[in-house]
Amino acid sequence: MSIAVETFEEPYEPALVADAGPAPKQIVVAYGFWIFLLSDIVMFSALFASYAVLVNATDGGPTGAQLFNQTRVAIETACLLLSSYACGLMSLAIRSQHRLGTYVGAAITFVLGAAFLELELQEFASMAAAGATPQRSAFLSAFFTLVGCHGLHVTIGLLWLVVMMAQVAARGYRATVVRRLFCFSMFWHTLDIIWVGIFSVVYLIGSLA
Amino acid sequence: MTDIRSDRAPGDGGLPALTERPTDVRSGLLVYSIGLGLAVILTVTSFWAANTSLLWPAGVPLGLAVLAIAQMGVHIVFFLHITTGSDNTNNVLALAFGMLIVTLVVAGSLWIMANLNANMMPPADLINLHMQH
Amino acid sequence: MNLLGKLSWNVIPFDQPIPLLASALMVFAILLILLWITVRGHWPYLWREWLTSVDHKRIGVMYCVLGLVMLLRGFTDAIMMRSQQALAAGGAQGYLPPEHYDQIFSAHGVIMIFFMAMPMMIGLMNFAVPLQLGVRDVAFPTLNSVSLWLTASGVLLTNLSLFIGEFAKTGWMNYPPLSELQYSPGVGPDYYLWALQISGIGTLMTGINFVTTILKIRAPGMRYMRMPVFCWTALATNLLIVAAFPVLTAAFAMLLLDRYLGFHFFTVDGQGNMMMYVNLFWVWGHPEVYILVLPAFGIFSEVVATFSGKPLFGYRSMVAATMAICILSFLVWLHHFFTMGAGANVNAVFGIMSMIIAVPTGVKIFNWLFTMYAGRVRFQVPILWSIGFMVTFAIGGMTGVLLAVPPADFVLHNSLFLIAHFHNVIIGGVFFGAMAGYNYWFPKAFGFRLNERWGAGAFWCWFVGFYLAFMPLYVLGLMGMTRRMQHYDNLSWQPWLMVAAFGALVILAGIVCQIVQLIVSIRDRDALRDTTGDPWNGRTLEWSTASPPPPWNYAVLPRVEGVDAFWIQKRRARLGQPASVGPPGYEPIEMPKNSPTGFIIAFFAVVTGFALIWHIWWMAIIGAIGAFVTLLFFAFRETEEIEIPAAEVARADRAYQTGAAG
Repeated sequence: MSIAVETFEEPYEPALVADAGPAPKQIVVAYGFWIFLLSDIVMFSALFASYAVLVNATDGGPTGAQLFNQTRVAIETACLLLSSYACGLMSLAIRSQHRLGTYVGAAITFVLGAAFLELELQEFASMAAAGATPQRSAFLSAFFTLVGCHGLHVTIGLLWLVVMMAQVAARGYRATVVRRLFCFSMFWHTLDIIWVGIFSVVYLIGSLA
Repeated sequence: MTDIRSDRAPGDGGLPALTERPTDVRSGLLVYSIGLGLAVILTVTSFWAANTSLLWPAGVPLGLAVLAIAQMGVHIVFFLHITTGSDNTNNVLALAFGMLIVTLVVAGSLWIMANLNANMMPPADLINLHMQH
Repeated sequence: MNLLGKLSWNVIPFDQPIPLLASALMVFAILLILLWITVRGHWPYLWREWLTSVDHKRIGVMYCVLGLVMLLRGFTDAIMMRSQQALAAGGAQGYLPPEHYDQIFSAHGVIMIFFMAMPMMIGLMNFAVPLQLGVRDVAFPTLNSVSLWLTASGVLLTNLSLFIGEFAKTGWMNYPPLSELQYSPGVGPDYYLWALQISGIGTLMTGINFVTTILKIRAPGMRYMRMPVFCWTALATNLLIVAAFPVLTAAFAMLLLDRYLGFHFFTVDGQGNMMMYVNLFWVWGHPEVYILVLPAFGIFSEVVATFSGKPLFGYRSMVAATMAICILSFLVWLHHFFTMGAGANVNAVFGIMSMIIAVPTGVKIFNWLFTMYAGRVRFQVPILWSIGFMVTFAIGGMTGVLLAVPPADFVLHNSLFLIAHFHNVIIGGVFFGAMAGYNYWFPKAFGFRLNERWGAGAFWCWFVGFYLAFMPLYVLGLMGMTRRMQHYDNLSWQPWLMVAAFGALVILAGIVCQIVQLIVSIRDRDALRDTTGDPWNGRTLEWSTASPPPPWNYAVLPRVEGVDAFWIQKRRARLGQPASVGPPGYEPIEMPKNSPTGFIIAFFAVVTGFALIWHIWWMAIIGAIGAFVTLLFFAFRETEEIEIPAAEVARADRAYQTGAAG
């Protein structure tokens, strides 16, 4: 909402941000979403902690070193990283209000993100086929939950991206739409940050003999 | 809490809202590309460190952790545009608070659970015996 | 494939008279209220002005109504437990079978913490914080509405368990392995988990909303060190919410995966580790109690300063103590499970941290005392609750420090000593604070004060009743009685339990006084009318508005020059100095539009939650899709704001100025 105009006795030149009154909506929305992202990171940290506690609880079943395929993880990482880059380029297009650039950037972001998901689903399916289901052991429960939760966030992000492109098509670069697009890109970059944690801790450290 | 003189939204790369000027877009492109380049280098290094026999094995997990943190930093600075500038104070403080909580949750849980497991968990064969009633 | 999952007519407790009677009463009361609203034609008003409102003041009131109604349900559980324990000694079995008693103490804890204390505190913060900050609303008004209604969804699901199925019998913490499918195959833990997951999302949204509001949306000139202390405690509280609730969400999600999909996080087999649940639960659980009590501390700071006629003593140290408590509350959580076996080193560290956290709270108590010292204290109802708090909370805090010593805790863990301690601090701290805030801000919310005599009566009954009900529990704990006992053989415990039961009756008298106070005040509202907007000679900005304030709060945002901004304004006026804000030029004001989004999303949340509890998968999918579609409608709405014409702003402001001058 907007500030009503104050009439002051003397001309008022705020030196501090706090003296200028409520912050502009762009800052408010972005900051609120930043706080949400931090809360999401805390939730992931609880899942990370559980994974770390249960990493050796294999109950005689398969271990990480036996299951993980580093090549696939490397491709997944590349997909997500390039998807983040494409999202950054999309942000530049949004700032320039360049329609084609926005749609193309979004499309590349989506395709790479979907590729990441596809590879991850393939991994889960092959593990399940080999009997390494989350019901097999506490380690596998923790693995599927941590990695699966990240994958769920990616899925929700892709759905959000589609809705946002529909909004751009329907409403153009209205202020609300632009604010939400910047929230999306913050979300997408944060998912890549979490993936860095996952591939390092779960897959790479997990593969060490 | 210090009162700041200017404020910027997190994720705001410092470019004006409506830019048609190619130079501004070019500088934005440069930031993202440098970020991508650094991230690729760090990722490749991580994969190499996990698979090479040239490093002392006991130090590899720590090395991977350091590389991961560095890469997270690259994402935060180059993609999320969170800097240590005075206009980013609130954003950095929020991030610092989040990192504190993450550290406490993960390190605290690991320490507590390691101690609990050492003192309290019956050996696996005893659990299996118990479950076969 | 059963279309209705696990639902059948058998799940209604036809064979258990007490739940059946309670359910019938509850359903009857609700139907009566709905009927009355329909017959009187109040639905359009209710929908337009309350259910779809995104106004923080209305949302705050609705939170408090929710909390006060659930107080009655939670207190009923308490009376049942006290009476059962007073009776069931030696050969007597009392009137509550163990299966039922277990649900009662579980529901009591869940309701009192999640659906009484949290809504009361969040409601008071909702009402007062934007007014105190000198702004028009919170950062995300529609999200605020979503938060309220998701909390209500949790309440509804919990109350549904009374007559459709059963509630958890696992205690309010729902520890595995008891709460795992193997040992609790019924729907009880599922009700618990889904109700709290859904309302937990609402609470997390509140945390995000208020952190953003307090840090980014304040009146011009309101620098950090000029904020009222209640806003500082609100900031600390909401930072804790944002940091702690995700951990609870994760813990509950893992337990749900165990129960629904056969995962092995906390199971006995598969090498699950049930101690990890306890660990994660209390990573959330300890900050939670500070989430509950910090707003109360803030309320006391406001009340003590106002009713002593003096500025709060030690503003800077109050702020420092608040933020210290915020950080320290994340460093003590293991003291909730000293006896689980982490060993002496771990216990020692957390024991010492738990003792250290008492220090900033002590600083606060001294500051309140020094505020009252040499002040002219007006002994009205809010200050009665504050003084009662200072005595009661000090005792409760001291028993807490005693329990922080691990060897002492080994004797007293899970005894009635522990129960007495936490009720001491929660009732003495959180509840007394809620009552002080309720009496203090009621005139601002509704335009008339509450009756003083019945308010004082309520306080004294609660105060005396609390000591009668809980001091015997300290003794019983030292005598060796553990918690949650449906029946016991040691007859020497019974006299103490009978005193405790009597204390509960005195508290019941206190609750009756509060209900009567409300009825009498409404009846006498014209005589109790607050025409000036400043019934207590307040110090902070909310008292510079009409009672109740217009939807936009301030016609012109106030310019803040120091702490106790309204006091400064009044002093300027008294000294004949011109106001720092010149004659207002009234401009049209843009306010956020009301929206049914929150209410409808919450409706679908109830549908989804209920369906998941009863394994009705198709209904769960429909509910989730419904919530998503509602979100889409919100995202694609054409207009976000409505414009209040300048003439209307002017009219309301002039009416206020006339009342304030008179």
